[in-house]
Amino acid sequence: MGIFKKKHVNHPIFWENYASAFDRPLLEDLKKIRFVVLDTETTGFDYETDRMLSIGALAVTDNAIAAAESMEVFLNQYYYHSKNVAIHGILKKEQREVISELEAIQLLLAFLGNSVLVAHHAAFDLRMLNEALKRHGLPKLKNKVLDTATLYKKTLIRSPLLQRKEHYSLDDLADKFDISKKDRHTALGDAYITALAFIKILSRLQKKGVTTRKKLFK
Amino acid sequence: MHSNKNTISERIADFLERYPPFNELHQRDLLALSSEVIIRYHDKDSIVFKANESPHRYFYIVHKGAVLLEKEDQKTIIDLCDEGDIFGLRPLMANENYKMEARAYEESILYALPIAVFKPFAQSYEEIGDFLIESFASNTRNPYSKDHRGSLYGESETGTPASAPLLAGLQPTAYSKKIISCTPTTDIKGIAKKMTKKRVGAMLIMEKELPVGIITDKDIRNKIATGMFPISAKASDIMSTPVITYPKTMTVTQAQMAMMKSNISHLCLTEDGTPNTPAVGILSKHDLMLELGNNPAVLIKAIKRTRKIKKLKRIRLRITQLLKGYLDQNIPLTLTSKIITELNDACIKQVLQLSLKKMKTAPPVAFAWLSMGSQGRSEQLLHTDQDNAIIFEDVAPERLKSTTDYFLNLAREVTRGLNEIGYEYCPAEMMASNPDWCRSLSGWKSQVSHWIGNPGPDEVLLSSIFFDFNRAYGDAPLVSALSEYILEQTANNTSFFLHLAKGALQNPSPTGFFRQFLVEADGAHKDFFDVKRRALMPLIDAARVLVLSHQIKSINNTAERFEKLAVLEPKQRTLYLSCSYAVKALLKFRTKQGLLHSDSGRFIALDTLTKEEKVKLKRTFKTIKELQELVRVRFQVSNLLG
Repeated sequence: MGIFKKKHVNHPIFWENYASAFDRPLLEDLKKIRFVVLDTETTGFDYETDRMLSIGALAVTDNAIAAAESMEVFLNQYYYHSKNVAIHGILKKEQREVISELEAIQLLLAFLGNSVLVAHHAAFDLRMLNEALKRHGLPKLKNKVLDTATLYKKTLIRSPLLQRKEHYSLDDLADKFDISKKDRHTALGDAYITALAFIKILSRLQKKGVTTRKKLFK
Repeated sequence: MHSNKNTISERIADFLERYPPFNELHQRDLLALSSEVIIRYHDKDSIVFKANESPHRYFYIVHKGAVLLEKEDQKTIIDLCDEGDIFGLRPLMANENYKMEARAYEESILYALPIAVFKPFAQSYEEIGDFLIESFASNTRNPYSKDHRGSLYGESETGTPASAPLLAGLQPTAYSKKIISCTPTTDIKGIAKKMTKKRVGAMLIMEKELPVGIITDKDIRNKIATGMFPISAKASDIMSTPVITYPKTMTVTQAQMAMMKSNISHLCLTEDGTPNTPAVGILSKHDLMLELGNNPAVLIKAIKRTRKIKKLKRIRLRITQLLKGYLDQNIPLTLTSKIITELNDACIKQVLQLSLKKMKTAPPVAFAWLSMGSQGRSEQLLHTDQDNAIIFEDVAPERLKSTTDYFLNLAREVTRGLNEIGYEYCPAEMMASNPDWCRSLSGWKSQVSHWIGNPGPDEVLLSSIFFDFNRAYGDAPLVSALSEYILEQTANNTSFFLHLAKGALQNPSPTGFFRQFLVEADGAHKDFFDVKRRALMPLIDAARVLVLSHQIKSINNTAERFEKLAVLEPKQRTLYLSCSYAVKALLKFRTKQGLLHSDSGRFIALDTLTKEEKVKLKRTFKTIKELQELVRVRFQVSNLLG
């Protein structure tokens, strides 16, 4: 049905496949929803000039992560800022198999399907991904998105005694939830930390009565 | 879609290769196995599998947390599996249903390994096959755990099986693998020094790897301290020889018999049980006691000997079992809570000591670790949140920042350690790792002055939590200086007491107009009765304000506070004594409920109570009402509007 609504552009088949997954509605039962937790490592924070260097993603279903159901790709980018090397450790020269941005997008879309996308400070990763899609003449991602930074705040008790922070970093969450910070600042490593934090947040929210998808997105 | 190797499977492999039988696998096979792992999160108390359930496609390895294996029928604890332990494998190999229930003892992360992927390795690796056969035959979770203790538990000295009561003496002994030995010519001073350093009570004297004698604490006391031999004597002068040796396979009961028979406190275990094969370990009376029962003295010793915070977790499980036993046997709660508090305090002290060792430098100035809230009042029987603070000696202004940073770092270590052994982080961050709760003496003084001088609702709440502080570790004069200061500041301060009293009266009422229980109207505990907020807190808060108004320090326990008040105010004696009784009854009630549901016991489902229990509960409510009336009149709370 969606296909007929398109005005003029004929999107490539991989996009159509991805888009058609959204014909199926999301399930209401949180246990049955497939979440894809994602992290991108980029050359910087400028949506215009900076680029993704790697994407890591894994799937969470019913409190479980299957090691096999994950992806980690390194992108061949013309734009490259040396100042970021220290943080991310992705050296341009390093012997990694690199693929083009378009290939990465194809793999990611196939992996995503209509899953709910989860990321820490999700707006950033989402925008980076959408900018990449735009460069290749594709529409924005259609997935529902959850941000662990926002969700975490919902788990905190409302008490005048607790001074909430405005921003909680992934390091803060790892400390709170006692998650090892090994592989921090690699895309899949960060995605894994985010995924564990997400599962723990979800379990705390469920105790607070957030038991359905509707309540989770409220 | 991609190569199997990725950051996650590598991470899993890194973990697995530290534990048998995975340490036997080639890197390539280990990675292949790891890439098939499912990482599963289990909330506290959630069931991994039930008895009689048909086997899953996976078996499990504990990555983080702990899993309790229980026989469902009699609720006997078979084992507590923690990091690196395997469970749920045997039914899969034997193709039968689970025999026991596996439940997350705390929030846990498990690795689920598909049996289909694992089975071929069990066939192709002889070592893995052996591991499985031995593990099934001996019915232990991990038959190598003793031999591999060095790698499994670090420099652990004794085993701590959670299964002792079930197997009643027939389990193999968990002897100390770490043999401390010397030669017959070593001098006594050297021996004593080594024994002190290694914290052992006995030393084997070896010649060519074979045990020729043994020296225990007693020998040094009886033969050196008495002057029988000079301090310059050699090991061979005072050692008991020949050594009585036993096979390493002996059971606990056999070991007990052997010790009784020869009236000795240490057994030397050798490869085949004769002195002609190498010694493999030493079994002390202490090790045996540890296996045989949960008694406070043994547990305290075990706590003090712990070198790794992680190991305290198992001891804490046994403290809980001890508590359960006390409650079942109806031991008076005053005694029970004294003992349990003592044990909990010992755990906290040990965590502090171990954390201090991890710090690169010694504390720059004297400090004390304070427990607040229920732990401070010695009313914490079950695990609850941590509420703690640090107070340190005043330093020159230019050193304040670096000193504070040191103690914040220490506090981070300690709170992490406490969390590891079962104390949840405080959701309101009232912990010493929060700069607000880590201050110098004058820092605390100005904080306390602020609370007392500006008694708004938040300040009253904060001071009521903080004023129950109790020194858990460290410098006593610092703590008492602060207590003195609080008394000085509050003396005759009617305005402060008025607000504190008002706070004490603000807890919601336990019963409604028709004397029915009032239950929570919404939230996760809808229709439950909140025994803490509606019954215990009114008593605790009232006791605090009354005791403070009498300028009494150093009594923190609520029941004891009421007993003291009964002495100070003979006219109200009856009321105070029934308050003291009510506090104990409610605490016991809460603890029993907590043990039943393995939570804090705070929320009670009323329909699970017997008629008698309900009547008992209601009787305490009458006392609470009378007490609140007294507080209202005495501090003239009605004069305060709003």
